[in-house]
Amino acid sequence: MSARLVLSGARPLFRKEVLRFWKVAFQTVAAPVLTAVMYLLIFGHVLENRVHVYDNVGYTQFLIPGLVMMSVLQNAFANSSSSLIQSKITGNLVFLLVTPLSPAAWFLAYVGAAIVRGLVVGLGVMLVTAWFAPPGLAALPWILAFGLLGAAMMGTLGLIAGLWAEKFDQLAAFQNFIIMPMTFLSGVFYSVHSLPPVWHLVSRLNPFFYMIDGFRHGFFGVSDVSPWLSLAVVGTSFVAVAALALALLRSGYKLRH
Amino acid sequence: MSAISFQQVEKVYAGGVRALDGVSFDVQPGEFFGLLGPNGAGKTSLISILAGLARATRGKVAVMGHDVVDDYAAARRSLGIVPQELVFDPFFSVRETLRIQSGYFGVRQNDAWIDELLASLGLADKADANMRQLSGGMKRRVLVAQALVHRPPVIVLDEPTAGVDVELRQTLWQFIARLNRAGHTVLLTTHYLEEAEALCQRIAMLKQGRVVALQRTSDLLAGTATTMLRFKTDHALPAALAERARVTGRFAQVSARDAADVESVLAQLREAGVPVEDLEIGRSDLEDVFLDIMTAEATR
Repeated sequence: MSARLVLSGARPLFRKEVLRFWKVAFQTVAAPVLTAVMYLLIFGHVLENRVHVYDNVGYTQFLIPGLVMMSVLQNAFANSSSSLIQSKITGNLVFLLVTPLSPAAWFLAYVGAAIVRGLVVGLGVMLVTAWFAPPGLAALPWILAFGLLGAAMMGTLGLIAGLWAEKFDQLAAFQNFIIMPMTFLSGVFYSVHSLPPVWHLVSRLNPFFYMIDGFRHGFFGVSDVSPWLSLAVVGTSFVAVAALALALLRSGYKLRH
Repeated sequence: MSAISFQQVEKVYAGGVRALDGVSFDVQPGEFFGLLGPNGAGKTSLISILAGLARATRGKVAVMGHDVVDDYAAARRSLGIVPQELVFDPFFSVRETLRIQSGYFGVRQNDAWIDELLASLGLADKADANMRQLSGGMKRRVLVAQALVHRPPVIVLDEPTAGVDVELRQTLWQFIARLNRAGHTVLLTTHYLEEAEALCQRIAMLKQGRVVALQRTSDLLAGTATTMLRFKTDHALPAALAERARVTGRFAQVSARDAADVESVLAQLREAGVPVEDLEIGRSDLEDVFLDIMTAEATR
């Protein structure tokens, strides 16, 4: 199937997925922005004068890119996973299953819409939190690269979780026992250099750490590891999860019996 | 080329349940075809395979010559399915739902046809209503519109009138009959046998995953045509009659081959002293044929 056909097939589903979250933007955009601001106010206020991470970078300033990226990641995951599980459970996925859309079109549409929601929420968090402590802007390409790649990876993981889960509590378990711990242990609130050696090592095995660290590098020009290493890890992880998601879609896993 | 072709279709589910056991038949272009069978006969499995919702364990299925696996995109473009379950997407209005479905099939600028569908199905004043606000009957109409939004040559209706009111049935059948006259092929599954008898030119009956009858509707009725004696009674029928009668509460039906047989039945009732009320003599209908075939298969 040609790329043009795949793209033209993906477009209506992408549009529908974006429209779906935009119709309930208070819940899907405004609420996560407020949550991130609450984190900033509480952690920033308590830890501003107690934690030193990088020279010339205050803790609140340090925290903002991490919170932005955390919001991008969590909302990208939530978009594809919740849309799929809702359609499966309510039964309206049948309208999609009977169409000629290819597995690649499904993938592009679900992941594309997840990226849009992740970036819209991330931008919202950035605009609101920058008022408290404007972060730097050392290298915009790194910010864009990690923002896009991180959202794509989490949108893809959301797609896999949505395909796998048969009930809302299975999806909640995926989110609470895998995504949340990996997000919180990725260095959103601290530099991994401040961790004991064992946890430092564990963090290095967490792909989410590289997303946050690379994203933060774009703001401050400094990071715990080289942004090129982070890009390689995140890029490789994305290719792996994308291949898995496409294989599941092609096989009709839990979709076509 | 057949509009729909099933060739030796088998379906065995993960638990080992054999839902379809070598089903073969073709539906010709422009035909109004009925697929009947009791619950669990395999009708929904067969339609699911046709629509790409399930995969056959063995066998081939094609729509307008396109294999539903190897050439799925062309097969699905040729097919419009009205699902049995009353499902909808609660985020969208009726018009948005139809535009989205249209887009999935690559049909853009489709508002003229969408308006015609809305008008034909009595949905014009609900176009901008959210799907959640519609009654069950209205939601069913939207399901029909969704199936037709890309103008498929083949339409599959999986029990479309289950639990809907008389008005919708009339609207729906008038519209579907019009589409059929315009050349669309229609495959219908229903438990309302009077609908199948009135609408379908040919009928296939499934039982336990096998085709047990496949004939023109008129031939099915003629082939097993018998005279039916229908009456009410509060008494038990004599043993010889009880074997060949169908009794539902006070209501009994006994088939008779000819006029002499009718006299024989009446004589047996008289001799056994069984009083009857509201005696009617009529022809067997599709329900009688259906029950005869299913009963005969059960005793094999």
